[in-house]
Amino acid sequence: MYVSADAISEVGRKSGRFVTGNVLALGTVSLVTDVSAEMVTAVLPLYLVAGLGLSPLAFGFLDGLYGGVTAFVRLLGGHAADRWQRHKLVAGAGYLLSAMCKPLLLVVGTVPGIAMVLAADRTGKGIRTAPRDALIALSSPAGGQGRAFGVHRAMDTAGALLGPLVAAAILVAAPGGYHAVFQVSTCVAIFAVLILALSVRGHVSALPRPAPVRALRSSSYRRVCVLAVVLGVATLSDPFVYLLLQHRLDLPAGLFPLLPVGTAAAFLALAVPLGWAGDRWGRWRVFLCGHLGLLVVYGLLLSPLDGTVLTVTVLAVHGAFYAATDGVLMAVAAPLLPEAGMAGGMAVLQTGQAVGRFGCSVLFGAAWTWWGPTTALLSVSLALVVALAVGLVAGLGATVRQTAS
Amino acid sequence: MSTRIRFVLLASAAVLLCVAATVSVLTAVPRGKAAFGTVRLDAPGQIVFRDTRPGPTRDHLVSVPAADRGTRTVSAVSCLRFSAAHGTGICLRGAAGLTPRFDAVVLDAGLRERRRVTLPGTPTRARVSPSGRMAAFTVFVSGDSYGGLDFSTRTGILDTVTGAYVPSLETFDVVGMTKTPDINFWGVTFADDDRFFATMAMRGRTHLVSGTVSGHRVQVLRDNAECPSLSPDGTRLVFKKRVRAASSGQPWRLHVLDLATLRDKALAETRSVDDQVAWLDPGTVAYALPADFGSDLWSVPADGTGAPGRILEAAASPVAVSR
Repeated sequence: MYVSADAISEVGRKSGRFVTGNVLALGTVSLVTDVSAEMVTAVLPLYLVAGLGLSPLAFGFLDGLYGGVTAFVRLLGGHAADRWQRHKLVAGAGYLLSAMCKPLLLVVGTVPGIAMVLAADRTGKGIRTAPRDALIALSSPAGGQGRAFGVHRAMDTAGALLGPLVAAAILVAAPGGYHAVFQVSTCVAIFAVLILALSVRGHVSALPRPAPVRALRSSSYRRVCVLAVVLGVATLSDPFVYLLLQHRLDLPAGLFPLLPVGTAAAFLALAVPLGWAGDRWGRWRVFLCGHLGLLVVYGLLLSPLDGTVLTVTVLAVHGAFYAATDGVLMAVAAPLLPEAGMAGGMAVLQTGQAVGRFGCSVLFGAAWTWWGPTTALLSVSLALVVALAVGLVAGLGATVRQTAS
Repeated sequence: MSTRIRFVLLASAAVLLCVAATVSVLTAVPRGKAAFGTVRLDAPGQIVFRDTRPGPTRDHLVSVPAADRGTRTVSAVSCLRFSAAHGTGICLRGAAGLTPRFDAVVLDAGLRERRRVTLPGTPTRARVSPSGRMAAFTVFVSGDSYGGLDFSTRTGILDTVTGAYVPSLETFDVVGMTKTPDINFWGVTFADDDRFFATMAMRGRTHLVSGTVSGHRVQVLRDNAECPSLSPDGTRLVFKKRVRAASSGQPWRLHVLDLATLRDKALAETRSVDDQVAWLDPGTVAYALPADFGSDLWSVPADGTGAPGRILEAAASPVAVSR
């Protein structure tokens, strides 16, 4: 029995709009929050090194330590949102926590202090992600999940691209004014919290609540989780993709920081069309096609292609991979999850995928060390082929059910 | 709450926050105009450094007489990191943008630009060989993940005469060791136009290495020695030794290494110093410590005796101009 399909389809059925107002409001919150966050990310290295005279190399160790904590916090956020059916409140708490961290960066001047603030910032991100995605799902009709997540991820990415530009504009007006960047970032973050509080509608459950954990026992959902982990283990993290690209090309130093911008631009451009395509032709299918795109990225990195052609194609396909998988996976899962377990279900799925990808980074790092980059890349390509085959066979049931709904 | 009230609340909040943001940017805009003077890298008896006083001269290269360290002469050139020797300067500067851009600029004795290379990250260390011919610089290359702090370093060496450029020491061979992808170099100091010392990290350990640019090779001398700085007579290195855990926030203490015996000795400065020291004279080193306005410069005898003393406020990247 899938309570969810009914719960979701009640929403926005009457409106003929592309996505509901609530999805746009949540997208705006993410856009504004990402402007605030990426402003800080863009100037932080410069602030630490040029402003405070610290060497960030001392961070490495602290960074790993806090990484595990935030994965756990994500599960907690999802569970709390389900338990009390207060998605907006829990997501709001996460946004607020991150907003409060921005002015704190101005006060702490030591390496462990800053690492601690950044960990709190990421804790806020961990808390809010699953309840927010659950709200997007619950605010959209069953047939429009792909569109909803596509619009949200596009707005999110737009914010991430705007943030560094805002920071740059401030530093042009006020050279060395890192404090001003953090202060403006604080204002922007507070504004995002207010948009959430005043214009996002929380989800009010019309149904009696089953225990959230039991709600996750759908076999299709569990299958999606397992497949997301399996595909995650074959997904190279971004830094490795850029490193391999640089390894192949000997890129001029000035271009290296532009690589993530290329991926993000393609993600931004394709998130909505591919989300829409998922609604139309099956989200699981688009999700698998996205991973096929990733396989193409690996293939390009192994190919004799060179220069601008290689860079542009790799980045475009890499961005398409994100557009076809990031929001789409949530859209795959949403109709399989009951209303009462939506946030928790998404948290488990996201955490599983993150754990899989972390495993990939560790294994790939080791493979690179022992066998060199080419053999390591061949191995991960082979792993992706196997994972895709498993996904095709095992995911068939899910595809059929979804196209039918 | 009705939709209209929500809208009014949101709009008023937007106005208030815009005002707050504008005020914070406007107050950060430097006021006043700086009068620029002449700073030279070949006028002995001067200390040239980066001014970190807030205001229009912030980040500019300035000079003071070494004797009384009095009035600052401000140049029109600004840098994040700076070093110089024998009339040649290396200035690492940056500009924020969609992706921040950083350059290493070679300066002549009159601070005119002679060469420029683009850097792959945020500048942290700069050095020039005693003759003024070779320049080395280290930058931090940061990960792109949100809030990610997985920094690694990249160190390049530039021949300022021929323009020959080694973008990364990671391409050098390491005698007797197999290189791993996590290899990092930082903090070069030159013995001459070929031989240098530097820090190398691999598999979570840091090593002091010596190498030659021509041989494309380095060799490990000892463990746990970062950011070495060679004395003018070439017999000693002052370096950062890790004496406490990174989580303490105070991991380093300055030590001096006798290159003949490879024995080290702690300097009198007990605070954790995160800088590559500069030699003011054959017996004294200077270094920056965080302060209210950027950093202050301190000096301490290089043999473990004496006590540290503050020599300049709101200053960084000092160079004692000798000949």
